[in-house]
Parts: sequence; C-alpha cells; structure tokens
Amino acid sequence: MSDIAGFPTKVDISLTVNGERVEARVDVARHLVDFLRLDLGLSGSHAGCEHGVCGACTLQVNGEVVRGCLTLAAQLDGAEVWTVEGLTDTGSLADLQAAFVSRNALQCGFCTPGMLFAAADVLASGKVPSRAEIREHISGNYCRCTGYEAVVDAIETVARSRAGGGEASA
Amino acid sequence: MTINFGNPDRPNSYIGRTVPRPNARRLVEGRGRYVDDIVLPRMLHVAFVRSPHGHARILAIDTGAASAVPGVRRVFTGADIAEFCSPWVAVLAHLKGLKSAPQHPLAMERATWTGEAVVAVVADTRAAAEDGAALVEVEYETLPVVTDIRTALDETTPLIHSELGDNLAFRRLHEHGEVDAVFAGAHTVVEASFKTARHTGVCVEPRSILADYNPAEGQMTVYHSTQAPHMMQSVIAQHLDMPEGRVRVICGDVGGSYGIKVHVYPDEMATVAISRAMGRPVKFIADRIESFATDIHARDHEIDARIAVDGDGRILGIDVDDWTGIGPYSVYPRTSAIEGNQVVNLCGGPYDFAAYRARTTVVLQNKAPTCQYRAVGHPIAVAITEGLVDFAAEALGLDPVEMRRRNLIRDDAYPCTSPANMRFEGLSHHASLTKLLELMDYDGLRAEQAALREKGIHRGIGIASFIELTNPSPFMYGIGGARISAQDGCTVRMDPDGSVVAMSGVTEQGQGTEAMLSQIVAEAVGVPVTRVKVVTGDTQTTPYGGGTWASRGAGIGGEAALQAGLALKDSILTVAGSMLQCAPDGLDIVDGQVCDKAGGEARMPLEELGRIVYFRGDTLPKDLPRELVQTRHFITSDYPFAFTNGVQASYLEVDTETGFVKLLKHWCVEDCGRVINPQLVDEQIRGGIVQGLGGALFEECHYDEDGQLLNANMADYLVPMAAEMPDMVIGHVETPTQESLLGAKGAGEAGTAGAPAAVMNAVNDALRPLGGRVTQMPFTPARILASIGVE
Amino acid sequence: MKAAAAGYVRANDLSHAISLLAASEGQARVLAGGQSLIASLNLRLAGETALIDINGVTELCGIALDGDVLRIGALTRHRELATSDLVARHAPAISQAAPLIAHAAIRNRGTIGGSLAYADPAAELPACMIALDATIVVQGPAGRRGVRATDFFIDLFTTDLGEDEMIVAIEVPACAPGERQVTMELARRSGDYALAGIVLVRRENGARVAFFGVGPTAVLARAAMAVIDREGSPDEAAAVLDQDIQPLDDVHAPASVRLHLARVLLRRALNATLAAEVGHV
Ligand SMILES: Cc1cc2nc3c(=O)[nH]c(=O)nc-3n(C[C@H](O)[C@H](O)[C@H](O)COP(=O)(O)OP(=O)(O)OC[C@H]3O[C@@H](n4cnc5c(N)ncnc54)[C@H](O)[C@@H]3O)c2cc1C
Ligand code: FES
Ligand code: FES
Repeated sequence: MSDIAGFPTKVDISLTVNGERVEARVDVARHLVDFLRLDLGLSGSHAGCEHGVCGACTLQVNGEVVRGCLTLAAQLDGAEVWTVEGLTDTGSLADLQAAFVSRNALQCGFCTPGMLFAAADVLASGKVPSRAEIREHISGNYCRCTGYEAVVDAIETVARSRAGGGEASA
Repeated sequence: MTINFGNPDRPNSYIGRTVPRPNARRLVEGRGRYVDDIVLPRMLHVAFVRSPHGHARILAIDTGAASAVPGVRRVFTGADIAEFCSPWVAVLAHLKGLKSAPQHPLAMERATWTGEAVVAVVADTRAAAEDGAALVEVEYETLPVVTDIRTALDETTPLIHSELGDNLAFRRLHEHGEVDAVFAGAHTVVEASFKTARHTGVCVEPRSILADYNPAEGQMTVYHSTQAPHMMQSVIAQHLDMPEGRVRVICGDVGGSYGIKVHVYPDEMATVAISRAMGRPVKFIADRIESFATDIHARDHEIDARIAVDGDGRILGIDVDDWTGIGPYSVYPRTSAIEGNQVVNLCGGPYDFAAYRARTTVVLQNKAPTCQYRAVGHPIAVAITEGLVDFAAEALGLDPVEMRRRNLIRDDAYPCTSPANMRFEGLSHHASLTKLLELMDYDGLRAEQAALREKGIHRGIGIASFIELTNPSPFMYGIGGARISAQDGCTVRMDPDGSVVAMSGVTEQGQGTEAMLSQIVAEAVGVPVTRVKVVTGDTQTTPYGGGTWASRGAGIGGEAALQAGLALKDSILTVAGSMLQCAPDGLDIVDGQVCDKAGGEARMPLEELGRIVYFRGDTLPKDLPRELVQTRHFITSDYPFAFTNGVQASYLEVDTETGFVKLLKHWCVEDCGRVINPQLVDEQIRGGIVQGLGGALFEECHYDEDGQLLNANMADYLVPMAAEMPDMVIGHVETPTQESLLGAKGAGEAGTAGAPAAVMNAVNDALRPLGGRVTQMPFTPARILASIGVE
Repeated sequence: MKAAAAGYVRANDLSHAISLLAASEGQARVLAGGQSLIASLNLRLAGETALIDINGVTELCGIALDGDVLRIGALTRHRELATSDLVARHAPAISQAAPLIAHAAIRNRGTIGGSLAYADPAAELPACMIALDATIVVQGPAGRRGVRATDFFIDLFTTDLGEDEMIVAIEVPACAPGERQVTMELARRSGDYALAGIVLVRRENGARVAFFGVGPTAVLARAAMAVIDREGSPDEAAAVLDQDIQPLDDVHAPASVRLHLARVLLRRALNATLAAEVGHV
C-alpha cells in the first residue's frame, strides 16, 4: 500500500460501543463490521455482501441505522455504536426479539441482527405502520429463508402491542 | 408401538404442535456461531486468484510479488495443492453414460470457467491475502469458449475436455407407451418451448470453511457451513488420504444453504489441503463476488415440449425434450446430471396419462458448474407440465381447474406408478385442489378478474399442481457409488436429572430441525420439550447420517429420533418396573414422570430414576439392563422416494404498459404427510415459494458469449425483497406415509417446486386477452412487453 | 472483499478539505456518505485512493431559502431531502425523488453532493438537478464557481468537477406558484436503481423534462420539451423521445424497453400534472 504524504493509513479512534468506551488504532480501510467482529469480538453483526446491498450488517451509529459495511471504523471517532449484542443487554429490542422467535421470523438467522435494526427503525416513529410500509422499510434487508411474511407479521405484532393494540393505518 | 396421532389430547402430544425453536433466541440475540465467528490460535486466511477467462490455458504463474506482501505466509498453485489432495470425477454408476473430467482443487493446466480458482494466497488476514492475490501474475492463453447449450454438441463446437470426446455429459431418453401413435391420433396437440434461467442460491452467509489440521494428533477438524457433514468427512478423508475417524466435520450455525452448501467445492478442498500442508488453521470465507461466480448455479434449461389431449381434455401423452448446460465439470459427488434426470422423472407427475417420452441432454459449457439447488428439477418439470396443461385447456376452451379435475390422478388410485416409473404410495391431488379453491375463493377471484378487465386492469390467476420427491432411499445416490448416506441415526440419552439429550445425523440449516427433533423426542420419551437438548452437526458425536437434502430431515431423521426415543422409553420403563415392582408395560412416562398407564397416577419422577441408575446402581438387581442411551437408525425401503403433492395458486396484476408484474397473493395447499410442527412447515413453504417467485420474476445469471458473468453482484442479480412479495396462505392435507411410524414426508422444497409455474400461468392468464404468452423465465418487463407486441 | 485505502484524513473545515484535495494531487477522494465510495473500495474497484472525510465540515450542511433560490448543502443526506419542509415546498421534485433512493439505512448516510459527484446515470438526483435547472456550486483552490446542471454531467460517472474541486452546495430555483413538479420511476424492486425515471417540471416559461436510467447520463429531453411547450399531447411528446434519449442494452433491459418505459413515464407524468395539483403545496 503506497503511502500518500499527509494521509495516515492507521488512525486512532475513541468511541463508545454498546455503551462501553473503546479506544483503538485502526487500519483506515477497515469497515465497521470487521472492526466489531475482528477487533472487539462482537460477532453478532454480519457481513453478507460488503457492497451495501444485503443489509445483514445494518446497525446503529449515533442513533441512526446505517450499513456497517459502508462505514469505516476510522470515521467513528467520538461516535456511539450499538450492535445487536448491546441492544439485547439493554432490553430495547426485547419485544421484537420475542416476536421474531414466536412467529419464527427467522430461519438461519444470518439476516436477523440487521433485520431487527430495520424493524426497530420502522417502529421508531411510534405509529403503527401498514404492512406495505413495513415491507417497504425492510426492503433493503435480504432474507433468503423466510419469504418475509413472518418478519412482517412479527413487526406488525410489536407495532400494535407497543401502540396498545391499535389498528394499522391503511 | 403406535401413537394415536389422531388424538390431540394424548399425553406428551408434541408432534403436530407449534413448538418454538430452541435455537432461535440465540440467533435473535446475535449469539449465533457461524463459521466466520470462530477464531483459532495461529489461524490463517486464504484468498484465491481466479480465472478472468471462460477458458484458458495457464502458461505461467509468478507468485514472487505476492509472497513479498507483508502478512502473506505462503502461495499455492494447483500443482502444490495436488500433492495433498487427489482429484475427483463426479459420476454415478446408475446414471448410465454420465462422464466428467478429473477436477483438482485449483486449476492445473487449464481454467475452464470465469471464477475458477487458480492460485491460493495464504496470509495472516483476509485483507493481506487479497493484497497478495492482486499481485499474483498468471499468464493465460485464451481458448475457445463454449456457452450455448443447443450448439454444444455440434461438430464445429470446440471441446472443453478433449479426452471426453465430446461435450455431452449425460443423456437419458425415457419412453413409455406408444408416444408417436398417440400424438398422431390425438384430437389436439399443443406445443411450447420453455426456458428456465440459470439461478444461484445467494445464501446471505457466503460459503465458509475453517480447516484445522493438527499434525501432532494426525487430526483434521473442519468447521464447515454445510448440509452434509458426514459426506464431507468421507470426501475429505478419501481425497486427503486420511482415515475417516481422523476427520471431524463440525457444522454449527449455517446462514442459509438451500442446496448450495451440499456440494464439494474446489476452493474449500484447497483450504483443507492447505491446512494439512501448513499444520495450521486456515479459514476461507467466500466474498459475495466469489459467491456469484463459484457457488453452484442451477436450472439452466431449455425445453421443447408438447401435450396430446382428446376432445374432452383428457391428457393422452406428454413429450419433452430437455436441454441443460452444467458448466465444465459435473459437481462432486452428487453429479450435475441429477437435475436433468429429475425433469425426466417428474414431468406429468400429477396426471393420469398413458404415453410419455422425455429426453434430457446434459452438456458441458464454460460457465460456473451447476448442481442440485432447492427443489432440484421440480420447478422446471412443474413449469413444463403446468404450462402445457394450461395451454391445452386454453386450446379446448376449458377452465384450468376443470382441466386439472379431469386429469389429476384420483385420490383413491394409490399405490400406483407413473409413466415415468415413479411409484406413488399415497397422494391427494383432488383433496388438495378442493382445499385450495376454497382458500382462495376461486370463483370470487374469477369474478373480480372479469370485472377489472372491463376497466382495463389485467389480472391473472395461475394454478400449478405438483409432486415433490422427498425421503430419498439409496436409489438417489448410494446405488451409483456415492458415499452419501440415505440412512440417518439418532442417539437419545437420559441424564441423571431426567433431562434428555438427542444427537442426530441430520443438520440444522435454520429450517427448525432441532425443534422438530426435540418435540419428537419429547413425545417419544414422555418429557417436557424444554427438557430435551438436541445436538446436530458434528461427525464425531452424532450418529452417521446424510444431513439435510432432498427434504429428508423430518421424514428420515425424525423417524430415527422417534424410534430412539421410544427405545429409551422402553429401557427407562424396564428400570422403573423393577424399582416399582410392577410390569413395565403397565407403566408410561408422561411429562417427565413415570406413571400408571391405566389411571395416569404418577409413580416416580424421572430424576429419581436417574439418581438411582447413575449413582445408586448398587440398589438395582445385578442383571437388570439399565441402558439409558439408545440409538436407532432409519432408512426407507418400500419406496425409493416418498412423493408428496400439492397445488399452488398465484394472483397477480400485469401492467400491460410497462410489463411490470405485481404479485397480489399466493396460496399453497400441500400434503407432506404428518405435520410435526405446523409453523415450521408453513414457514418452509413460504420461504420456498418466495425462492420460486424469484425464479419466476427476477433471478437470472447473465453470461456473455465469452463466458463472463455480467451480473455477479447483489445489485444486478435480483432476488426477491420484502416490498414486492405477497402474503401467502398455506393449507395442508395430511396423507402420512406408511413406511414409518411418524408418517412424515418432506416439506422443504414444495414451495419452490410449484411457485414459478403458478406465476407463469397467472401471467399468461392476464395476458390472454392481449394474445400474449410467456414461457421464458424470469418474466421480465422486456419479455412481457415483447409477448404482447408493445415496445 | 476487503477494502484497499491508501490513507484517511478527517477534514476540519472546507478550506482544510480543499487544501488536502489539492495537496493529494489526484490521489485522494472526498468521502461523503460513503454509500457508493466505500462499496467500491470494498470491491477494490476504486484504485488506491486516500480519503478526505468531509462529514465534519459544517459549511457543507444545511438547507436554506435565499430569495427565490433554495440552497442545499452538499452534505445534506437523502433522508433530510425526503423529510425537509423547505425541500417539499420549494423543490418538490427532490422530495419526491429522495424516498426512491435506495433504502432507509443508505438514505441516512448518502448525500446529495456524493450522488451528483458520483453521477450514476440511473440516479435520481442528477436528473432532478437538470430538470430544475439547478446550479452546482463547486469550489477548489482557485475559488468557487457555479455550474449549470446541464453542463455538469458529462458522461458515465464523469462530471465537470476538476480533480481539485469539490461540490459545496446546490442552488435550485424555488418552485413558483402554479409550477408543477413530478418525479416518477420504474424500478424492478423498491430501492433499486430504476429501469427508467423521469423528472418533469412545468414552469410558466416552459416545461423541463429530464430522464435517468436511459443513457450514460441523466438527460434533458429537449425534443419532448418542445412538443410540450407547443401544447402537443402526451403521445406526441412521447413519440419524439427517441431524439432525446439513446439507451444502451444491459442485463436489466434492452435499450428498446428503456425507451418504451421512458415514453410511458412521460405520458404518466404529463397526465399527472394535468390531472391534479401535483407537486405544489
Ligand atoms: C444498495 C444501494 C442502493 C442504492 N440505490 C440508489 C438509488 O436507487 N438511487 C441513487 O441515486 N443512489 C443509490 N445509491 C447510491 C447512494 O445514493 C449514494 O449515497 C450516492 O450515490 C453517493 O453519495 P454518498 O454521499 O454516499 O457519496 P460517497 O460514496 O461518499 O462518494 C461518492 C463519490 O462522490 C465523491 N464525492 C462525494 N461528495 C463529494 C463532494 N461534496 N464533492 C465532490 N465529490 C464528492 C466521492 O469522492 C466519490 O467519488 C445506492 C447505494 C447502495 C449501497
Ligand atoms: S454486508 Fe453490508 S449490506 Fe451486505
Ligand atoms: S433467516 Fe436466513 S437469511 Fe433471513
């Protein structure tokens, strides 16, 4: 790798991951999923394509869902990152996780961490989305196993129960 | 031993109920353990230099610059790997005439498809291995490329392997009855040509393997994302010249497989060989681009077919000429002739007719190898059959449902044998069709369709009946010489506290194998399902078995588990009888308690029995058998395969201006025999349907005439996504197989088998008023527009 | 695949970014949302490039109305475009286009500047700029200049940007009373790049129609615009489209189908502007 004057190939970052402070020196080419998996041992984030399409790497940075494979660790100085492990510990995904299990909205589970983040995102507004809105919102997350219907059902169930059993909008 | 499955209130009635999967919670919490999650000390990573040409001679390889890259530890060429791993030729004796050439882990003199691995670069990290791979210089002399199927056998077409004499891998002609005479004398003959596109599996977890050879023990441990650990154990042992007992294949969580991960891949064998050569753990995780170019492809078929019917719409004969291209090698060890062979076996399957001719021609080409992928051959055979049936109905002015009513094999006609010589034990085509029509409100939909047509909205309804091959016996592979087990085993053990561990040779790919096994074992032994722990995917600890393929897990692995569980129950009751001083057959086990069979009165918890057996065996009679571990194996023998059946319907709308298809709803009624876990079965069907819908509307590997794969990335190879998929209604008819106590047949592939045909028929139903007809999948806007002369 | 990147610096402000760009002599690229650039780094298609991360450059953020010009900072995310009131009011074509781009997680990061600089022929935003007759404000060591969108997109993935220049903002003429704007596309799957797309802007002084996905760049359909301006029918406008666009064959559709779909879209967009109060609040 040729060195270009003034552009370091490794940078120091300090961030929080799942609420814990992390300091690291990272190769600038390393994407967030590899950083989490290889450097922090957080193997719950998955990479299915590394070109932004499959959505398996979807997670939360600074409160927004993003593609982990299209985010460089080097960019994350000062950032706040949450992965499926962290949100499991805080319990903020608990109802979605329970609904995924009881509706069997996962088979192999490889897409599931990313799918959960997409699901949490569509529910974030607090409204009860229609099935079409749910389908649209998770349309960037590949699932090759389930055929999606169970995932949509699980998200819909949680939306309704969070809203106190309300009806979906048309 | 019998179980009264008809009584839902029977004790321990787990079979037939939706029970949550014990492994699901782990996966939703990010605690899965896929191969790439495993990190071993001194682990290395491999990246492959792959052929950029469809066909080329390898003149020279310069690895100097690659070796100098920091972190690169070693570079292997084909010749280097060949010292550690012998080549294979993928043929099966019962597929007469099937031929292929010896294949090595890395290309030797020639590379034969774009993406074939040529050089392996091993480094401390995958990134360093890729840096090295980028610097390997391979000098190629390009050779003529064969891509087209129909001209592959022409005199003027170059040969891919000159030693084979031609590009024909396999050809089979099956004839039954007086085909020519029947067609000559028929009231109506309808002809059609079909194409199914080359697909690939796109498992979200790419192919993954971690091989760990420990020279101090002479032991190879392979962590593999696979469907068939024992098959892989056997193949690795054979080609690395090791005893099977020194090869352990461990298959933890698998991120989707669908048939993609049941084959021997050259780059994976190279990884194992490298670990052997270096005495260190070596990991290979295919990236997405490699996955498209080197995962097996499937379904690349072109078919000319015709159907003969009488004036009443009775089918008299079906005549099919199927052509398929399989890439440069038949894939080891299942071979690439099975798919074509299945087309011959399955066309016309649901129908009662007399004259049948089918020929499959399987040719070699310079594209990625094809092999068995979910519902092998079924989507093709079903599309041919159901397409022809609909076209014949159209020619005679019959409703497609009425056409099927007149021709589906009667539900009371079993057992019977099809014109393709398939033996059917018991199917339910008519009952399934009846249920489907009810679920979908067929007449109501037809009325809605007619009303909307008035407004220029073009909706279509498509029906597809199908049969599905499940529970294969050794007739599928074993008789051809492949070391692939059709038998499967289960060991069930009671531990001191009364909990039960079941070890099975079938594997979990996410379909719910472990849940299914746990409920069978719980019912068989008589314990709460939460007290059963299932272990799969380890050749060192589970009984020998075939793994997951051809929808066999429940029917074969499930029966082995049932029998092992019942055997354990027997041995528990033998001990209990002795302890309670009564006849064992007067006792039962319910919910973890030994009780009186007659009154149901609890006599002793299993943990008490366990305590005595394991810690106070001195208090039991000396000669009392106390084997709280039982193993049973199961293999089907009355029928080569347990066929299932079903029928699907698709309701969709075609935008006749744009050629876009909107799927509105989908139905499937399916008969997989005993349903063990309704939710798991339904989700298998749904997932399978959506894969079939992908084939119908989106999926196609595009090659150019140089053998370059033009859409080897996720943005250009389209698979179904949530927004375009319909909700699906699933129904069941249950005709248990008599071959086993459990009565289960397979359900994993039915969805994929029938969905493409249902969509094809629905699209054509929508296009009929406009004179359009499509038979080439996927049904893209371009093809639909062309069929109606727009554009 | 694992990315190869030859270095990384986070720019503190605009002048820092521009001086880094100049100093790199073509060996560094601006990293905005990364939703195209990091994908191509991961695929090792971007060559050995260093990265100048502009995500901390606040001068590039923000959407503001300045008289009758809507000014959108280069770092504005697709999601902000989709949800901004200002955009909805003054550039409805953009607010209709933004939700069509990719998926939520990508829209959270992807930026308008990145999309325009990347110049994917099937991207929505370049066509919006052309149809809206926007000005792309670029800055380099030599200073700032405005480039008309029609002059900015030169060829496939090629723009008028100099090696040492970057996009700082976009200036869009604000939607006038009575003006109609429609963005429509035909994509196989939600979030995919479209087989064909249209941005139609009907202003008092004439119609502007831009297409995307039907050629090497987004294009202004001048022949069709002329037909619309002389009040020809949608069919008549569609009929001349072959003078405006020359799509290429690719794996997703033959050229003839893209042309056909463009015609369908033009008719639909024109009918929509006739039928309803589209695109104006
Ligand atoms: C799965 C997927 C689907 C997508 N679908 C669509 C779609 O349907 N429609 C669509 O339009 N896009 C789509 N995109 C692309 C997405 O919109 C990108 O966000 C956009 O193309 C680039 O914006 P960015 O900010 O991410 O730029 P980056 O990826 O950061 O940069 C892209 C290029 O622009 C340059 N650049 C960035 N900012 C500037 C600047 N201010 N000045 C000069 N140069 C700059 C970079 O150097 C680089 O060369 C998709 C992306 C993915 C991963
Ligand atoms: S790995 Fe990030 S989108 Fe596929
Ligand atoms: S559960 Fe396997 S990919 Fe979604």
